Amino acid sequence: MKLEIIKLVKKFNSTVAVNNISFKIEKNKTLGLLGPNGCGKTTSIGMMLGLITPTSGEIFIDEISLEPKNRIKLLSKMNFASPYIELPKKLTVKQNLEIYARLYSVKNISERISEMIEDLNLKNFLNKKTGELSSGQKNRVSLAKSLINKPRLLFLDEPTASLDPDIGDFVREYLENYKNNNELTILLASHNMKEVERLCDSIVMMKKGEIVDKGTCSEIVTKHGRKNLEDTFLKIARSKNELE
Amino acid sequence: MNWSKIYALSLRHIYLIKGSFPRILDLIYWPTIQIFLWGFISKFFTLNSSFYENTIGIILSAAILYDFLFRSSISYNMMFLEEIWSRNFTNLFIAPIKISEIIVALTFTAIFRTLIGLIPASLIAIPLFGVSIFKIGFPLIFLLTTLYIFGVTLGLLVTSGLVRFGPSFENIAWASLFFLAPLGCIYYPIEILPYWLQIIAKLLPLVHIFEEMRNILIYDIIDIYQILKATLISFVYFILGIIVFYRSYDGAKERGTLINMGE
Repeated sequence: MKLEIIKLVKKFNSTVAVNNISFKIEKNKTLGLLGPNGCGKTTSIGMMLGLITPTSGEIFIDEISLEPKNRIKLLSKMNFASPYIELPKKLTVKQNLEIYARLYSVKNISERISEMIEDLNLKNFLNKKTGELSSGQKNRVSLAKSLINKPRLLFLDEPTASLDPDIGDFVREYLENYKNNNELTILLASHNMKEVERLCDSIVMMKKGEIVDKGTCSEIVTKHGRKNLEDTFLKIARSKNELE
Repeated sequence: MNWSKIYALSLRHIYLIKGSFPRILDLIYWPTIQIFLWGFISKFFTLNSSFYENTIGIILSAAILYDFLFRSSISYNMMFLEEIWSRNFTNLFIAPIKISEIIVALTFTAIFRTLIGLIPASLIAIPLFGVSIFKIGFPLIFLLTTLYIFGVTLGLLVTSGLVRFGPSFENIAWASLFFLAPLGCIYYPIEILPYWLQIIAKLLPLVHIFEEMRNILIYDIIDIYQILKATLISFVYFILGIIVFYRSYDGAKERGTLINMGE
């Protein structure tokens, strides 16, 4: 799916959270949405998921505007995973996956759940309550939920935050393989620059609600004369402070 | 004892109260409601000590019906609060579900939670106190249905508050029904209220439901008009509740609260 954002603005009273941002992600590509905390990433993702009403601007998914009348149709092809949201803690992993498979009208529910169990290695805690899982296990379950409907547009908000390097690497590798074998466009918000360099085809840098740069990782690193994306991020994030 | 630390600990709660209007309201609310409710009950029994031949039967039947209303509303709110507490709110609202589907699912599921509470309580009252709400007969179905619609409506209104204002509205969820107890004339006839309050009370279906319950149990009279009036009023509030819910949802999308709910 292709995602296109045109002149998107979100104001909360007098605060401008997102100011006139425009970018697009081509079909089956991964875009990294980067920026310091409070730069407007979550608000932007919220608008793209239809959770926040933009003050102005437009969002097109496969040329279809994300307006209320198209909401259900588009949401059925999208999904979202974030460590900051969870699944009902008192339900087992299997129950949660079954419920979300039904909410997304997945055909052959048990077959799809079995695929997810196999792919993400969920078998050992399938009948455990979600609230009793470790961070790494919860993260894999959250990823399973976000892929249960075989989305063609996936939003990932810091998918490996709070994971140890081993599980973090497992998740990144899984996403790479999944993407190679499925039609999937990803918008990835992350503070892990190595992850972004590994997974993203292009990046958009945000700061104080505005896009300050965009392009491929190497283009942006070269443009700012830095060694890697992490240094480039720091330069951009601190540039205003230097002026002040 | 370090008074500075004690002050700091107190300050933590004072800040919490100061920053939340629902919490302040909650603190004022309960004593006020208790005074109103028991004041009217006391006044009624002082003036009309011989009104009921079977006081326990009427009071218990009223209590069971009122509890049915309470459970239906709380069940509705609880299911919604569970989503907030488990931080599942965002997952739910990005799923391809219509708001109407959420409302219908909550409305139907709440009935199960409510009946789980009502059935044992009604059955226990029979051997224990010799009181059976089934003595009301077939109008009981209409009274329960009307109470359920109104209970769900209150649930919808509270849920709208939760969507609009977030978890700080939680206390209102628990308190909403007690607000209506004095006005609903659950344990006493409407005449016990001051005249101006009677006008307000008549706008609620509760007055008509509980008046009808007393009519049936005391005088063995079924007033279809009273039942219809209660049902109609409940439906009007139900439609109003749905409108408020949709408006709250739009407001929450405008304010961006749906994405952070439960955090």
